Amino acid sequence: MNHDPLPEVEVALAGRTPAGRRRFLRSALASVAVAGLSACKMEEFLGRNYRELSRDELGSILARLEQKHSAGYGKAVRVGNEAAQPGVDFGYGLDLSRCIGCRRCVYACVKENNQSRTEPQIHWIKVLELNKEHGVDLGHADAYYEADEVPRPGHFYMPVQCQQCAHPACVKACPVGATWKEPDGIVVVDYDWCIGCRCCMSACPYGARRFNWAEPNLPKEEMNPDTHYLGNRPRPKGVVEKCTFCIQRVRKGRYPACVEICPVGARKFGNLLDPQSEIRQVMETKRVFVFKEELRTEPQFYYFYAT
Amino acid sequence: MSDPMPRQGARSVALAVFAGAAAIAVAAPPPPPPPTPRPSASPSRAEERLEVPPPPFSEGIFPCTGCHADLPVNRTRRTLTEMHDDIDLRHDEQHRWCLDCHDATDRDWLHLASGDRVPFEESYRLCGQCHGDKYRDWRAGIHGRRVGEWNGPRMYLLCVHCHNPHSPAFKALKPEPRPQRPSEIRR
Repeated sequence: MNHDPLPEVEVALAGRTPAGRRRFLRSALASVAVAGLSACKMEEFLGRNYRELSRDELGSILARLEQKHSAGYGKAVRVGNEAAQPGVDFGYGLDLSRCIGCRRCVYACVKENNQSRTEPQIHWIKVLELNKEHGVDLGHADAYYEADEVPRPGHFYMPVQCQQCAHPACVKACPVGATWKEPDGIVVVDYDWCIGCRCCMSACPYGARRFNWAEPNLPKEEMNPDTHYLGNRPRPKGVVEKCTFCIQRVRKGRYPACVEICPVGARKFGNLLDPQSEIRQVMETKRVFVFKEELRTEPQFYYFYAT
Repeated sequence: MSDPMPRQGARSVALAVFAGAAAIAVAAPPPPPPPTPRPSASPSRAEERLEVPPPPFSEGIFPCTGCHADLPVNRTRRTLTEMHDDIDLRHDEQHRWCLDCHDATDRDWLHLASGDRVPFEESYRLCGQCHGDKYRDWRAGIHGRRVGEWNGPRMYLLCVHCHNPHSPAFKALKPEPRPQRPSEIRR
């Protein structure tokens, strides 16, 4: 602004007229950036959306994150970037006739995906206890049940997590394009692009998204060092996160952690485009429904009854 | 699993007897029938073999011939008192007992209703005789638990990894802690 001599009155109004505001912000931003941010922070600050990054830019970002987290957690952290496999569209099956509500999946997920343990406590899976008399009626759902033994008589259990919708309301709601659906069906969040407005959370009809109200609390010794940029890498404060079908595992061919831990084998996973896959076998031979079908979100998460 | 867990003493005796029997076998006729090698399924059943983890034997209990090779076969249906008395049979116990599934002539095997022998690694074929719908679902990946890769090598847990064959009803579990209620969250 110094090189642009303005009458005093204009200087006074600089913050209020559109052109003046723009100029003012530009210079203010530059001086703040120079004064307050190191070169590394600058790179983060001026970064771009994941989907617009060139291969080189992404490479340097991954390297920077690996360095940062390896130092921070005292172990060799890998931040992967495996892309969707061609010809793969993931689907998930959950057998409501088997689930006993033991919550093993909840904690296997927390461990695998580096969620904040306490304050904020973040669980990507919420297990609802429902009443057999009322069926799948959320008016009679309780996520906070406590018991010595499950299943409790007269009840059944319905774990709810991100339904990886084909028409995700959360993606439409995001004002900055920080969340999107990948070609293999996984809805992901770019934690470095999320502005924390939580519009996606209010748009999601399944309550599947979680917000880091405070700096996540992830003990060093429990941190899972095998991470993915769009999945379980450590998150900063003030961003939204959610189930990614364990993107760091499934893009390398493995089952999600919740599938492997389930003691009753209620959780099924596979490629919807492969007629031989387990999920297709479920869909073709069992009674299947999707949650809140009437909303036309078209979940890729299928509840079924094997018996 | 609450499978038969033999007392420490009984186990070491069994092992000693087995070792002794093996040593004597060379010199003293008549030798006990040599343990049958554990090949793939009996050739009459050319079903595809599945990748399974080792069956969940109680420690030290297998091979059964360790003890049974030297014992006379008693086919009388009875309550066991000297050994395996920890097995509480709750699996259609009105109609069946040990030798309906366990092979009397070679205890290291199971057998089907047809008399065909089945190794413990393929016990699912035995279960599938009655529970055909579950067996079909298990083979298709709908029933049961698997670990590994959704599109590659994976391990099929056997029926008996989750269901005690002697008392197969699934046991209740203590649930993990509930999540915090919104009112308990400090912001």
